[in-house]
Amino acid sequence: MDRALSDYAMRLGDDSLILGQRLSEWCGHAPMLELDLSLANIGLDLVGQATHFLMLAGDADRLAFHRDVLDFKNCLLVEQPNGDFAQTIARQFLFSNWQELQLRELSGSANETLASIAAKAVKEVSYHARFANEWVVRLGDGTDESRARMVQALEWMWRFGDELFDVDAQLDPLIAERIAVDPRELRAEWEARVTKTLAQATLDVPVPRRGARGGRMGHHSEHLGHLLATMQFLPRAYPGTVW
Amino acid sequence: MYTTELEDKNKKPAPREVLVAEDPAKLVAFEARVAADEFIEPKDWMPAAYRKTLVRQMSQHAHSEIVGMLPEGNWITRAPSLRRKAVLLAKVQDEGGHGLYLYAAAETLGTSREEMIEALHSGRAKYSTIFNYPTLTWADIGAIGWLVDGAAILNQVPLQRTSYGPYARAMVKICKEESFHQRQGFEIMTVLAGGSPEQRRMAQDALDRWWWPSLMMFGPPDDNSPNTAQSIRWRIKRETNDELRQKFVDVTVPQADAIGLKVPDPKLAWNEARGSYDFGPVDWEEFYAVVRGEGLVAKDRMKARVAAWEDGAWVREAATAHAAKHVVKAAAE
Repeated sequence: MDRALSDYAMRLGDDSLILGQRLSEWCGHAPMLELDLSLANIGLDLVGQATHFLMLAGDADRLAFHRDVLDFKNCLLVEQPNGDFAQTIARQFLFSNWQELQLRELSGSANETLASIAAKAVKEVSYHARFANEWVVRLGDGTDESRARMVQALEWMWRFGDELFDVDAQLDPLIAERIAVDPRELRAEWEARVTKTLAQATLDVPVPRRGARGGRMGHHSEHLGHLLATMQFLPRAYPGTVW
Repeated sequence: MYTTELEDKNKKPAPREVLVAEDPAKLVAFEARVAADEFIEPKDWMPAAYRKTLVRQMSQHAHSEIVGMLPEGNWITRAPSLRRKAVLLAKVQDEGGHGLYLYAAAETLGTSREEMIEALHSGRAKYSTIFNYPTLTWADIGAIGWLVDGAAILNQVPLQRTSYGPYARAMVKICKEESFHQRQGFEIMTVLAGGSPEQRRMAQDALDRWWWPSLMMFGPPDDNSPNTAQSIRWRIKRETNDELRQKFVDVTVPQADAIGLKVPDPKLAWNEARGSYDFGPVDWEEFYAVVRGEGLVAKDRMKARVAAWEDGAWVREAATAHAAKHVVKAAAE
């Protein structure tokens, strides 16, 4: 397996896995039963995507349960804590709108496996984006409290948006071979989508700020280590076992 | 998941008095329909006690599904493989879905979901005692699927023919999903029982802890189950607690044998004459204590449910406020 392709598959897989893990923390604790179902459903889709991408990169379970933070390649956005429901929605809103565009383009990848995983996943993610967009509108244009919480949540998450569009030396050759998507080409459409939803929510676009970066190189926030400690506990505590 | 009649044994139900007040002709016609295995539908006349029993049973059943998400949710974030994580997420999502159908079915009897949830949070409504036991190791997820969902299936299969139409129809869909839940639980146990010594220990320990609470899921013994006779007459239930419990033991013991686990009952023995297993006495004092809310994690479970509801109040209010604004806007256009 080509190292660059394997790394790329891990970036895609880790984004889905870490966000799926975060969403699964909501199970049984959501504000209403319908939301418990939606969040679990989105989490389930993401864990499924992660499995396919990580299988392309190698042994999916080995990669999920036996790497430490420095080898995880997810963006910083997805590892951010759930916070209140507004923070969960802000994270989903920024991510799913980006992921939908990314997967749409990836479904035309020169790598057939990537293309087929993306073609299936994009349908799921278009629902995730719709769900997040609708909730941004409800919370933004709901009560004073929900609006204040939504504004605060977007403030928290906004600085993690830039990283989604970064390109580095590992990605360049794959973009040239039309295997990877060039995320820079998605930015204008993403901004248009996000801006449109924020307008429907009667919210302002947060002011630009210096973006937080480092996830793709394994330089994460403190939150990821704790997430992994929980997620990886059993295979780490009982090495060599099958579950 | 399923909850059987969960009343404190000291609390006497009073369906007889209620019955006396019913119109005798209507009652006779109702009982004839039920005896002929007709379904009773929401708009049909029904005795007040029938309605009350159903609201209690269906809402307990719905609450059990929702509270039951917690012990399993406790392990979703720690599921040991991607496949196990996906399966458990799907299972817990199914349970939330069962809760939704059951609340909706119970609402056809004139009690709102909010009222039912309020009754749960205030402690007036019960849910299955089984969820007041902790999920200590991963094997508990296997044991819940295998034993708890296994017991639920035996309870629920006859409910597909229960006399109240909306409940019976909800049960048809639920039963299909429960059998998948039971299989995934048994599969987890099979893998653990055949795994490392630590994994075998987890599996046996889980069976030791979940066996008796699973037998309690069928409810008090028939001679101390005041609602059973009336419920069977009205075809709300179709088999007694003890009959179902015996079936469960007969089905489950050979499964434990097949994977090399030992059922924690020294009195367990095959009875050739009956064609069934004899088994030791259930500790009903423990059952009633757990019904009263003395299970190890009962307070944790209710605290988690109440916190989810209260912390989420602003979200529900926002959704309502947003919808109301749109109604106003649509009317103005």
